[in-house]
Amino acid sequence: MASSVVASTANIWRNLPVKAKVGVFLFGFFVLAAIIGPMVEPYDPGFQNTAANALSAHPSAQHLFGTTQLGQDVLSQVLTGIRLTLELALLVGVIVTVISVLVGVTAAFLGGIWDDVLSLLTNVFLVIPALPVLIVLLGYLPQQGQTPTILVLSLLGWPWGARVIRVQTLTIRNRDFIAASRESGEKTWRIIIFDIIPNEISLIAASFVNTVLYAIGASVALAFIGLTDVNSWSLGTVLYWVQQDDAVQSNAWWWFVPPGLAVALMGVSLVLLNSGIDEIGNPRLRASRASAKVAGHRIWPTDPTPVYAQLAAERSRLGSFLHSFSRSSLYDETPAGSELR
Amino acid sequence: MSPILEIRDLSVAYRTPDGDVRAVEQVNLTLNAGEVVGLCGESGSGKSTLAYGATRLLRPPAVVTGGSVLYGGRRITQGGDPADLLAMDQRELRAMRWREVAIVFQSAMNALNPVLRIQDQLLDAVQAHLKLSRHDAREKVASLLDLVGIPRTRLRSYPHELSGGMRQRVMIAMALAADPEVVIMDEPTTALDVVVQRDILSQVVELKETLGFAIMFITHDLSLLLELADRIAVMYAGRLMETGSSRDIMRDAAHPYTMGLLNSFPALHGPRRTLAGIPGSPPDLRNPKPGCPFVPRCPHARPACAEVDMSLAPVSGSAGAGVPGVVSHLTACPFVTPQMSQEGQASQEGVLS
Repeated sequence: MASSVVASTANIWRNLPVKAKVGVFLFGFFVLAAIIGPMVEPYDPGFQNTAANALSAHPSAQHLFGTTQLGQDVLSQVLTGIRLTLELALLVGVIVTVISVLVGVTAAFLGGIWDDVLSLLTNVFLVIPALPVLIVLLGYLPQQGQTPTILVLSLLGWPWGARVIRVQTLTIRNRDFIAASRESGEKTWRIIIFDIIPNEISLIAASFVNTVLYAIGASVALAFIGLTDVNSWSLGTVLYWVQQDDAVQSNAWWWFVPPGLAVALMGVSLVLLNSGIDEIGNPRLRASRASAKVAGHRIWPTDPTPVYAQLAAERSRLGSFLHSFSRSSLYDETPAGSELR
Repeated sequence: MSPILEIRDLSVAYRTPDGDVRAVEQVNLTLNAGEVVGLCGESGSGKSTLAYGATRLLRPPAVVTGGSVLYGGRRITQGGDPADLLAMDQRELRAMRWREVAIVFQSAMNALNPVLRIQDQLLDAVQAHLKLSRHDAREKVASLLDLVGIPRTRLRSYPHELSGGMRQRVMIAMALAADPEVVIMDEPTTALDVVVQRDILSQVVELKETLGFAIMFITHDLSLLLELADRIAVMYAGRLMETGSSRDIMRDAAHPYTMGLLNSFPALHGPRRTLAGIPGSPPDLRNPKPGCPFVPRCPHARPACAEVDMSLAPVSGSAGAGVPGVVSHLTACPFVTPQMSQEGQASQEGVLS
C-alpha cells in the first residue's frame, strides 16, 4: 500500500508538464531565499557604507550586487525584499482564498436569501476599480506599511474567487453523490468539507496562486509609487528608491536589475506553477489527458491507437541508438505477448 | 458471404508502470457482409478493447502489439485487396471512420451534445462525411429519423427532451448517417428496459436487412445474443474461448466458460433449476499464466490445462468441422466436449441444490 502511494506520487511528478516542474523549482528557490535570505545576507539592508569607493559601486567581492547611491548593499536589500514581498503575497493569498471559499460555498450551498445577499456583495466588490481605490485608501490611512497593505489587498481581492467557487459549488451541489450524502444523513458541514471542497481543490489552488500573483504585482506597484512604509525593504520599496535616486539615468544597472528580475521571475514561477495544478488536483483530468510514450514516440489521446510494429520501424537510426540507452528500452523490447507466442 | 472485417491475431495491451495489461491476446474474428456477430463476456474480458483496438480508437496507454485488421468494404478496396486498418495513417483512418465503420457508443445517452438540437448533430455527421447540398443534407437527416421511427417534428428537439429509447434511436440514426458497411454496437441497449430494448433491436435487425451493413454487437448479455446474432464469439481474459453460430452455442456449448455463462440466466421453459453462475472472478491480466486463463474457475480443470494451446480448434463432432469456409464451431478447450460440459454442469448443480 505505502509503496503504491509513493509510486503514484512519483507518477504525478513524472506526468507534470515541464513548465510546471520549472515553476516548482523556481518558486521553491524564492521560498528558500525568503526563508534563509535574511539570515545569510552580508549587511543590514539599511546599513550605509560611507567609504568613498562604496557609493554607487559596481558589483565586487565586497558587495556582490554592488551598492546604492547611499552605499547600501543591493544583495541584502533584494534578499530582505524577497522575504517581505513573498510574506505579504502569501498572506494575502491565504486570507483571500479563505474569504472567497467561505463566501462562495456558503452562498451556493445555502441558497435563497443567503445567496442573494452574498452574491450582491460579491458583485458590488467586483465592480469597484481596484487600483484607484487601493491608492486612495492607502493614501488616506493614518498608517502605512505591510499590515495595511495586506488588509486592503485582501479586502479588494476576494470577489473573483468567490464568484468562481460559487458557480462551481452550484453545479456540484446538484450531483447525485451530494444527494446520496444528504440522504444518508450527513451533516451540512461534513458534506461541504468532504464532498464539495475536494471537488474544487484545483480551482481553489489556482485561485490561490493567481491571488498571490495579484498581490505581488499590486504591492510592488503600490510601494513603487511610495504608498507604503518606504523605510522597510520590500522589493517595491527597493524599486521606489531606484526611481527616487535616478539609478536608471546614472546607468546603475546592478541596482535595479536584481529586484526587477526577482519580481518578474516570481511572477513567472507562479504562472508556470498554475499550469500544473489541474494535473495534481483532478485525478480524472490526469488520466484523460495523459499521453503515453511507446517505443520512443509520444502518443496523445487524440492520436489513433498506436501499432507497436509501426512505431518501432519508424524510429530513425540515431533515435534508436539513443533510445537503447534509456531505461524504457528494456521494457519496450519485449512487446506484450511475445513470451506467450 | 465475403468477409468485410477480418481481425487476425490481434493483440492489444495497456502500458502501465507495473507492466503491460494484456487486454486482448491473439484474437481472430471475421465479420461477413450483412452478418451480426455477437461478442460477449464478463466485464473486463476485453470485448470493447477488441472492437475499439481494431478501429484504432483506444487512448493511451493502449498499444496494438500485433496482428492485422483487414477491411474489405467495396468503396475502399474497389474489388482489390482488403486494406489493413493497422497500417493506416490518421488521414486514411479519418476517411474510414463513420463512412465505413460506424459506432454506437456504450454510453450513447451521454454521447449526444446537450446544447445542440438533434437536427444539428445529425447534420454534422452527414456533412462531415457526405458531399451533399444543404437542402439534400437536411432531407437526409429527416429520412434518417424516419428510418429509426422518430417523427420528424422531433428534429428541433434537444437531447434532454427525448426519452432514453429515443436518444438511443438518434444515436443509431447517427451511426447510419454515412451508409457504413460495418456498425459496431457497444452495449447499445444496456441502459434501457427490456421492452424498449426489444423494440430497438428488432428495428436494428430490420435496418440491417434493408441497408445491408454488418453488425458487431458487444454485450455481456448472452441471452440477448442468442436471439439476435448469427454468430457468437465468447471472450474471457482477452482471449476468444468459443465461436460458433448462435444455434451451436445454445445447443452444443463446448467450452466450460460458455456453459457457465449459459447457466447464469434462467431458461424460459423446462424444469426449474438453481442458477449455477461462475464462481470466482477474472484473472489479473498483468501476469498471465501460460495455458488456459479459465483454469481457476473451471469445473473441468486438469493438470494438462497449464500448457494448453489456446488457439481455436473445431469442436469434435460439430457440423462442418474442418471444412474451410463453412461457419464452424470452434473452441479453445481441447479436452471438454459439449456432452462433458453439459454433464459437468448438471453434476455441479446437483451439489448446489
